[in-house]
Amino acid sequence: MSDKMTGAHIMCEALVREGVEVIFGIPGGAIMPFYYAMYEYRDKFRHILCRHEQGAGHAAEGYARTTGRIGVCVATSGPGATNLVTPIADAWMDSTPLVAITGQVSSLVVGKDAFQETDITGITMPITKHNYLVKRIEDIPYAIKEAFFLANTGRPGPVLVDITKDAQQARAVPNWNIKLALPGYKPTTQGNRKQIRAAVELLTAAQKPLIMAGNGVIMAGATEELRAFAERTGIPVITTLHGLGAFPEDHPLSIGMPGMHGWVHVNRAIQECDVLFNIGGRFDDRVTGKASTFAPNARVIHVDIDPSEIGKNVRTEVPIVGDAKVVLQALIEEMPTRVATEWMQHIRQLQATHQPKQQYLNRPDTNQLLPHDVYAALNRTLNERGNYRVITDVGQHQMWAAQLIDWSRPRTHITSGGSGTMGFSVPAALGAAIAYPDETIWVICGDGGFQMTNQELATIVQEGITNIKIAIINNGYLGMVRQWQELFEDRRYSHTLLSGPDFARLAQAYGVCGLTVETIDGVEAAIEAAYNHNGTVVIDFRVEREVNVFPMVPQGKSIGDMIEQQPTEEANPTA
Amino acid sequence: MKKHTLVALMQDRPGVLTRAVSLFRRRGFNIESLTVGHSETPGVSRMTLVVESEAVEQVVKQLYRLVEVLKVSDVTDDPAVEREMALVKVHCTNTNRSEIVTLTQLFDAKIVDVASTSIIVEMTGSPNKVQNFVDVIRPFGIKEMMRTGRVAMVRGARTHQGSDYVGVEENGHVAAPTWN
Repeated sequence: MSDKMTGAHIMCEALVREGVEVIFGIPGGAIMPFYYAMYEYRDKFRHILCRHEQGAGHAAEGYARTTGRIGVCVATSGPGATNLVTPIADAWMDSTPLVAITGQVSSLVVGKDAFQETDITGITMPITKHNYLVKRIEDIPYAIKEAFFLANTGRPGPVLVDITKDAQQARAVPNWNIKLALPGYKPTTQGNRKQIRAAVELLTAAQKPLIMAGNGVIMAGATEELRAFAERTGIPVITTLHGLGAFPEDHPLSIGMPGMHGWVHVNRAIQECDVLFNIGGRFDDRVTGKASTFAPNARVIHVDIDPSEIGKNVRTEVPIVGDAKVVLQALIEEMPTRVATEWMQHIRQLQATHQPKQQYLNRPDTNQLLPHDVYAALNRTLNERGNYRVITDVGQHQMWAAQLIDWSRPRTHITSGGSGTMGFSVPAALGAAIAYPDETIWVICGDGGFQMTNQELATIVQEGITNIKIAIINNGYLGMVRQWQELFEDRRYSHTLLSGPDFARLAQAYGVCGLTVETIDGVEAAIEAAYNHNGTVVIDFRVEREVNVFPMVPQGKSIGDMIEQQPTEEANPTA
Repeated sequence: MKKHTLVALMQDRPGVLTRAVSLFRRRGFNIESLTVGHSETPGVSRMTLVVESEAVEQVVKQLYRLVEVLKVSDVTDDPAVEREMALVKVHCTNTNRSEIVTLTQLFDAKIVDVASTSIIVEMTGSPNKVQNFVDVIRPFGIKEMMRTGRVAMVRGARTHQGSDYVGVEENGHVAAPTWN
């Protein structure tokens, strides 16, 4: 390794050294040297040519979220880089390990409004864990190594490396003997012993304790520990939107999802509990509702690897900074066994009297296709066949998926939670499909979100990906906004009525199988056909248009005040 | 709301000040004063900031999320030396010049420039004292003023040293590797 290499070759070499197996991107002027060098590395790592940089970013996220490894996306300067901003923000909000590599104009013209110049490090400063503007070839190995180190240690997140074209073109002998100099970056993984004992004391004395499990449990690979801890203590377990799959929902201690579209009994239990043990969740406002009225009787224990999350939204009595797995292991050791049957019985009673899924199960007598017909069939199929990942988009269909599918394994439910990025699902599925070619990757999305990024179908076809099945819950509206307009704005449907193409024919135009389902009888057959077809399938489920997601906490209200069903005279959702 | 004085040590890397300032803006922290400069340790900058907040703990925690930040200390309740400097260009006439000179002497301030219709006073002291001086001198007509914001250092043997956090050979710059 004493030969001189170009900066671009050094970039490729650095990726290989980081164990990168796939990157998602689009070439362009300022990143062309990297693509020139990449040609020689096509046996070392795979490059997926996306149709839009946003798609490349979400694909990298889908890869990262399903595998736990770092997703890598690449774009050129200017518009290429700014198109990555949405997925970077998404990764930031959902703590997804992502490294974004962008080309920058030559260092000689940086700051002079050169062609396709954008200050992407300035733009992404608030939405990255860290970012770099690399102007010298000497700095490339270090910057890339540090970026990968930061992206997936501590609380994971996105890191951007912006490399000028002249640094990519320069030649030098790389020095791989890199010692990271990050004296200020020391994530705490071991929970403080004293605080862990304090937590044990609180939990042991609690009459009505609850465990709330978030994304941190999944990212730490702590689902076994969570299960052991719950079983040892008999404490009921809530799983947040991003915690779905961290604890099997068919487990006797699982009570379900909290929050804006969580179940009534779960939110009531939170309002009644005396100790709330939150592990790996960040008390997002979609979970807490009005924070000042959240869990008023609870003494809160909060385990998070990021100290800044503790006490940010909810007052916390016992803060534990650490890795969910390590902390749970310590807690299992310290915690005496206990059973809390009375409390659990109480929650189950609440559940029985506010039978959450009932309104979906008690199907009104109509020939129209209802969204939950699709979910019922999908849930049956997924449970029977196993071996799946589900990627959802953002909106009503997303909440129905969270509610109506029985989640049981970590990293099988992938969605854009914090950022709520419509258009996330199709490209994220592309990333997941590349990571898991032998599994069935289901996309559940709305007709609105699908129209934002469906161009990645072309990528899916070009890459020969055959294991993605897309279910569009097509109601011809921006449904969640329409729901709010209906419930809170007196049915003033301002700009939510949404037309679209014939999705089946659009799919066919992309060269994938397209199906349309308009009646309940067609649902099972279409899903079956999707499995039988060796290739990507798009199913356009044309559902009844004005069905709402319930229960629901109106924005700014306490989670104790849920709207449990359609509030007007018409209890019938088809009205 | 209580005012807090924080002392932060951070690696002197490109963009670190922007990162800190951008953080305060987007998190909605109300910064009254922010001063940054070199510390005793090469490669380490020292920032003094005064923040008006009920949630100063969040400010500290958010600062720690910046990878360059080495140490943040809330010195509000510690015995500390706090100083600020102001350069004040005061309007003066032949008749009131001596009055301004007298006031300047009373405040232990320095006159650093004298012209026919103006005087520049360099006032250094505790932020309160600087404020007092500014209030007293204002009726004469302040033509220009520049205040530095406060810097703080805890009294006694206790230290906030950059070298506690940064190795001598690790100067904190990205350009750490040597080249053959």
